[in-house]
Amino acid sequence: MKDYTVVGQRVPKLDAAQKAMGRAEYIQDVRLPGMLYGKILYSSHAHAKITAMDISRALALPGVHAVLTGKDIPSKMRMGFYKDNPPLKAAKVCCFRDEIAAVAAVSEEVAKKAVRLIEVEYEPLPAVFDPEAAMEKDAPLVHEAHKSNVLKLPWKLHYGDVDAAEKASAFVVEDRFTTTWVTHCCLSTSGAVALFDASDNLTVYSNTQIPSLAQKDFQETLGAMGLKGKRVRVIKPVIGGGFGSKLDTYAYEHIAILLAHKCRKPVKILFDRKEEFEATSTRQPTVIYIRQGCDEEGHLTFRDIRMVLDNGGRTSWGATTPSVMMMPITSLYRVPNVRYDAKCVYTNNTYAQAMRGYGNPQATFAIESCMDMLAQKAGIDPVTFRRINRNEPGDETPQGFKITSCGLGQCIDAVEKELTADSPLADGEGIGYASLIHVGGGARIYKSDGCGAILKMDDFGKVDIFTGGTDMGQGLDNMIAQIVAEELGLLAEDINVVHSDTDVCPWDVGAHASRSTFVAGNAALGAAKKARQTLLAFAATLFETAPEDLVMKNRMVWVKNDPEKSMPVDKLLRKAHFSPGGTMLMADYFYDPPNENMGKDFRCNLSVTYSFGVHGVRVHVDRETGKVQVKNYVAAHDVGRAINPMLLEGQVYGGVIMGLGYALSEEVMIKDGQIKNPNFRDYKLFTAKDAVPITAPVIETDDPDGPFGAKGIGEPGCVPTAPAVANAICNAVGVRIKDLPITPEKVLAAIQAQSKGS
Amino acid sequence: MTKTISFILNGDEISCDIQDHWTLLHLLREELGLIGTKEGCGNGECGACTVIVDQLAVNSCLYLAADIQGKQVQTIEGLAVHTGSLHPIQQSFVDNGGIQCGFCTPGMIMSAKALLDKDPEADQEAVKHALAGNICRCTGYVQILDSVAAAGRQMAGKKTDKAAGYGDPGPVTRQPGDQTAGEVTP
Repeated sequence: MKDYTVVGQRVPKLDAAQKAMGRAEYIQDVRLPGMLYGKILYSSHAHAKITAMDISRALALPGVHAVLTGKDIPSKMRMGFYKDNPPLKAAKVCCFRDEIAAVAAVSEEVAKKAVRLIEVEYEPLPAVFDPEAAMEKDAPLVHEAHKSNVLKLPWKLHYGDVDAAEKASAFVVEDRFTTTWVTHCCLSTSGAVALFDASDNLTVYSNTQIPSLAQKDFQETLGAMGLKGKRVRVIKPVIGGGFGSKLDTYAYEHIAILLAHKCRKPVKILFDRKEEFEATSTRQPTVIYIRQGCDEEGHLTFRDIRMVLDNGGRTSWGATTPSVMMMPITSLYRVPNVRYDAKCVYTNNTYAQAMRGYGNPQATFAIESCMDMLAQKAGIDPVTFRRINRNEPGDETPQGFKITSCGLGQCIDAVEKELTADSPLADGEGIGYASLIHVGGGARIYKSDGCGAILKMDDFGKVDIFTGGTDMGQGLDNMIAQIVAEELGLLAEDINVVHSDTDVCPWDVGAHASRSTFVAGNAALGAAKKARQTLLAFAATLFETAPEDLVMKNRMVWVKNDPEKSMPVDKLLRKAHFSPGGTMLMADYFYDPPNENMGKDFRCNLSVTYSFGVHGVRVHVDRETGKVQVKNYVAAHDVGRAINPMLLEGQVYGGVIMGLGYALSEEVMIKDGQIKNPNFRDYKLFTAKDAVPITAPVIETDDPDGPFGAKGIGEPGCVPTAPAVANAICNAVGVRIKDLPITPEKVLAAIQAQSKGS
Repeated sequence: MTKTISFILNGDEISCDIQDHWTLLHLLREELGLIGTKEGCGNGECGACTVIVDQLAVNSCLYLAADIQGKQVQTIEGLAVHTGSLHPIQQSFVDNGGIQCGFCTPGMIMSAKALLDKDPEADQEAVKHALAGNICRCTGYVQILDSVAAAGRQMAGKKTDKAAGYGDPGPVTRQPGDQTAGEVTP
């Protein structure tokens, strides 16, 4: 371990005390003078024509300032990367989630009442809810103009010769896996406040993980409204949970903008919990067909995966998750030949967005379940099988990923050691393993993968750093503060991290892809290095020595071999400020990692470095009820360097429990396009009572490109959880569950089918 | 129907006009401006709105404002004492990583307080039971349970087994004046 002072310390989260006192202000707490309240009317059908709409009674209600319908939406205003989604739909609805009208009124109560007074007539259309059925020739078309339910998206990566490799394989397994809808369940519901100034410049308060890209989306909205060239300012209140849910702009944000402009007053739209379940996006559901083979010694020979993705009625980022699924498919373990094809298919269901892992948990569920099946067929134990195929530093994967630091082997060792230290397995108990690869050094999915940082120091030795990055509770504020403090020889508490306002913070592509510690961290480090250089140059003149001979630590600067010559940093700053031709210390830096955009064949080095991990779980399965109990969980992650072990562990624990929900209990139940469980009573999250013992060994591989060696860890915690659990269940009672979530009903049915068969 | 009620809020006597249908959550947040109490669901399912009424943790979204007549209500704002220092439970959540996004935190702390006020030595099963109605999506509960356990130990007057500050106190907490160059190898 290098001799760091602040990096590696368990510094409490910088905003924790404010939050503990109830003083943090979330979107719920934003109140502006004269503010109106907006409410949205959603479709009553999964698929229908809107034949008539009467808003007169709503408009006549006292306190109502405006009612908008699809006809008020400028024709160029379309949301999502596929541009198939106007904020309000005029002629036709394609899912229950479709927004068709909106109201602004003096209070939420009046707005709700007004929404109920809007009369809509529909002509129902035949609907389709199964993506594989939607690919049939005579299936109803969700978007007639699109001429097919299959989206024109190019998800296809072929490398090597899969057919030849399969012929040469000693063992081959194949199967079908499915994953269903789950959702983020941020404790804070979604919301936005929009307001225009007298010159039509727009300010939006919003829960967003993409302030800079949201600014661009809102600018496009202004353009469509005839307000091209006006300024957009995005302010993030404290965000009550992200997990990917805030990586796209939503209809409610654009509707708030339209209402605010129409009413010339601030308009706030705040979701209730039912709306949060019904009108925000899910994780992308999948149908996965996998074939995988190995040779006599257990070396993987090929991996062949075909997927069908339920795109729902509109398109958000869910349809791009295959771009990330390619990562584990091509690069989890050494696999020389790979074939991957995915189709996104319109249905009349809800639609998906980004969610922690961005497709990786779905693909890894199939791959790692299949790894155990293949190991069993080859007669090799699952841990040895993984060790044989593990990635190593220096590998280049079929997708073209250049593996630099890689602690997968150490993670396997750590998990095996922890799990096998337990008592011998009792009847009904089993152990399962699964690994992960994820981007750990940015992910170039946009023209820039960069982040800016602006740093200034005051006369008192304190630093303000303005970062493009976003903290939504995961702890980026601490990453930035601890990195900057380390570089400038200060304490974490000396650093004020500002990450909330596009008027003062530089550009960033967004808090996704576990990239913030690496990219925003490197940006902050770059700015701090420049400030350090300036400060040391000044001190060197003062002490009549060379900058290299100076030490900067614990708020002091001194000469290495002459400690008598020393000065506190704050005094040095004042000296610089108040000397003739004074200098205030300021520095900026824009870090854009040297990673690559995907080529037409999807091959590239997507990230500067990759994160690895292995999860192992011991479960008990009740043969009478099918209930699965997690007895012990070990999650080892190669994180490069733990900037803050306490916050790092928090990311892993939180990821594991979210992953266990995905594995065992969570499901947005949708019947004929309608969500049946839009509440916490029927959507089964883990509670404190379900908390499980988790050990989180941290493997530090000191990444050469990471800030102080760090790699990303935001998403990995929930990636291999489901297959680890499925493998443990199979190890315990011999049944393989291939459809998530693994409910007691499914386990019991499989056990019963097994005993009938035997 | 409007009516006037009197109750004790965070130690202060309060008298105010309310509507019959208002919940305690509405009264606290919308009328009295105490935004520390959060609304996560409005249906008594998530616990973000938990406050303490006469020593009991309740979901303020399900509690009618009219029913607090003559009662003692404590919210998160009533915990930090006037010197600005935190209540041991708050401090413990800060020190042990019990807080990420923070939206569940006020409710979580109030549920923990109702338990620890009665029994600071509550075992982990009792803590899990007391927090079962408070959903957290960020932490996986591990560090929240650690936080409550450590707070309980402190409230019971026992020495905590975790360092109260940064973990390894070493050079981080050292003040500039204490620094001697000889101790540092840059």
